[in-house]
Amino acid sequence: MNDDTKILVEEFSAFYGENEVVKRMTLPVRRHEILALFGPAGGGKTTLLRSMNRLTDNTRHARHHGRILVDGKDIFAPEVDVVHLRRRVGMIFALPVPLPMSVYDNIAYGPRMSGIRARKRLDESVERSLNRAAMWDEMKDRLAESALHLSGGQQQRLSIARVLAMEPEVILLDEPTAALDPISTLKIEQMLLNLKAQCTVVIVPHNIQQAARLADHAAFVLMGELVEYSDGRKLFTTPGDKRTEDYITGRFG
Amino acid sequence: MTAEKQVRVWPRVVQRIAFALIWTAALATLMVLAFIVLYVLRLGLPHVDWRFLSRYPEAMGREGGILPAIVGTVVLTLAAVAVAAPLGIGAAVFLTEYTWESRVTRAVRFGAEALAGVPSIIYGLFGFIFFVTYLRMGWSILSGALTLAIMILPTIIRTAEEAILTVPRPYRDVSFGLGATRWQMVTSVVLPTALPGIVTGIILAIGRSVGETAAIIFTAGTALTMPTSLLSPARTMSVHFFVLAIEGISLEKAYATGAILILTTLLINVLANWLVVNAVRRHARRG
Amino acid sequence: MEGLRERLIARTLLVVACSVVLALAIITYFIFRAGLPIIFHLGLDDFLFSTRWMPADEGGSYGIGAMALGSLWVTLGALVVGVPLGVAVAVFSAELAPTWLANLIRPAIQLLAGIPSVIYGFVGLMVLVPWVRQHLGGPGLCVFTAAIVLGIMILPNIISISEDSLRAVPPAYRQGALALGATRWQTIWGVLIPAARSGIMASIILGMGRALGETMAVIMMIGNSLQVPRSLLDPATTLTSNIGLEMAYASGQHREALFATGVVLFAFIMILNLIANVVSRRRVQA
Repeated sequence: MNDDTKILVEEFSAFYGENEVVKRMTLPVRRHEILALFGPAGGGKTTLLRSMNRLTDNTRHARHHGRILVDGKDIFAPEVDVVHLRRRVGMIFALPVPLPMSVYDNIAYGPRMSGIRARKRLDESVERSLNRAAMWDEMKDRLAESALHLSGGQQQRLSIARVLAMEPEVILLDEPTAALDPISTLKIEQMLLNLKAQCTVVIVPHNIQQAARLADHAAFVLMGELVEYSDGRKLFTTPGDKRTEDYITGRFG
Repeated sequence: MTAEKQVRVWPRVVQRIAFALIWTAALATLMVLAFIVLYVLRLGLPHVDWRFLSRYPEAMGREGGILPAIVGTVVLTLAAVAVAAPLGIGAAVFLTEYTWESRVTRAVRFGAEALAGVPSIIYGLFGFIFFVTYLRMGWSILSGALTLAIMILPTIIRTAEEAILTVPRPYRDVSFGLGATRWQMVTSVVLPTALPGIVTGIILAIGRSVGETAAIIFTAGTALTMPTSLLSPARTMSVHFFVLAIEGISLEKAYATGAILILTTLLINVLANWLVVNAVRRHARRG
Repeated sequence: MEGLRERLIARTLLVVACSVVLALAIITYFIFRAGLPIIFHLGLDDFLFSTRWMPADEGGSYGIGAMALGSLWVTLGALVVGVPLGVAVAVFSAELAPTWLANLIRPAIQLLAGIPSVIYGFVGLMVLVPWVRQHLGGPGLCVFTAAIVLGIMILPNIISISEDSLRAVPPAYRQGALALGATRWQTIWGVLIPAARSGIMASIILGMGRALGETMAVIMMIGNSLQVPRSLLDPATTLTSNIGLEMAYASGQHREALFATGVVLFAFIMILNLIANVVSRRRVQA
């Protein structure tokens, strides 16, 4: 296995009951890159993403075959501590979900769950995360305010800062800008490009343009199957597969 | 032509009569409620004063106050809730967060439903034969509280479960996604968010305990003395009220005790409603 | 370490949840253990159908026939009062009431459910008993009085469950009927109530269980006379009120007989609950 591979999805299938939503996919995610998983809705992208930090554990009747390796280790192996895995692989959802508590407590949530109690360390962590999410200046005087009072764009950036506070190695994002205005979207895209320096990013983009703007590598997923995986620039300009081309040029989906 | 007209008119007449009856039924129900509350308060409150609340009864309750009965009610109720609340909330958390629908959950739900349907006199018989006699706890606050605890358990489970189910699903995903264990997720997100509903359930359970008579009279006894420990017998306000009324000891004191019971019931209901309304309002703001 | 703790917590919660089932099992076991022997000793027939209950007899006579009839009359009477009134209020609250009034009725019904049964019994005793004595004759302490007050006491059960099932009827039913030119009442009577009938049935059965099991209020109003009531204005006694009154001093075989009465009551209520359960489950499937 290549040393610059952070995650390797290997012969991976996911099922809900009898319904195979991810079909024998094999796909690498390279370190310090952004991988975009795109394709029509209902194609299994979200399931693949949720499998990468085993949130699918909490879904009834969800099963899988094959492996997902993070740093060469299968995350489904029995000795793996799922809580520890989730602290390394963070997840952002389509709709911003501020927990019903203050901005500060939202960001400090992850560190607290991993056992950090010292106020000073939490303070540092909150400030650092908000800085990395480029929102320290707008938030520093509102830390005690309820996160429910923030705007949608702020809430989603807060969600990202909240994940950053865990210092994750990988960040998974499921259409993070689906509910946001263009300016907030731009801010978040900029943030993701900056984040590459510290972590690996897997995103299900909101649309093809976003995929093209962000992706170092891209994977086209259609009805649970991986149709094409290649360099981002190449895939969006000269797709190798007819179906990819049809989708990109808007002939279906 | 007349036939057609009849077809059109007749349903309207029927509707008018039916609606009038329904309105009457609704207003009559409200009036019965108002009558019961006002009747007891009007005849009881004039006999309620600080001395009534703060003094010991004399001559079987014919004279003096109801202090021991107040203390008995409070202690018995608190003890019952102290036992039932952790069990009930724990069971609700188990049903909602720790398992899928299965034979076990069906058994637990069936058990809770069946317990909710058992009449209080059966609880009284059971408490007497099990706690008082078999476990040799005697007529005591402990026997009464344990009996009451089983009785209010279904209410607490049901309301806690309902409250927990209103906690948005994504909160759980976020919490897990941030590396929380299941128990951390429950204690840091689910329970705080569901708290108003859970507390409402506990308050309603308190109301049921305060008003209970049949289950207590054979388990906690009817001793009209100040309880000194969990093993002392005790008389609650409801039991005291019942004894005063049925043995014709003192109508005046019965009315006064009844007024206190009604006031307590009112207070509990207002509190529960206020919590619910507040929680709804908070949710609305959130959305 | 964390994993172990989590597993311990999960196991504890499982045990806690199962305590509900355990409690039900212990209650059933102890009630039956205390009551069954004497039923076998006397014979089920004699125990159920003999109307002679005389603990003072030589060897004691224990037949619950009279009380069972008393319970039956009082419960049916309570249903006659409570069902039409309760369903009407449910319809009112779900369909007719302006929002502000519906918002007033819900807490009012909750309050009605919260009033202690001794208060119901007492108000019945002070207000209704003298009225019945004066205007209808008899001692006033009778089946009629108890049934009316019990009918009011079961209102909250009937109203809340019926209202829920009325509200659960899909709006399309209502709009469909109205669109066909039915009046609102025709819609309620011909469409909504039939659609909600399993829920309404369940509420009635649960109300019946509540009426059958009520003790303190009945003791205060029924006169507690161990005879078979010949008319609604006769005093009588019920299974529950007899237990409630005599447990205070009974011992030996007498006490066993009271537990045996409890066994009969318990079995009846369990059957009612099961029926209600089946009836309302059918609603979910339909």
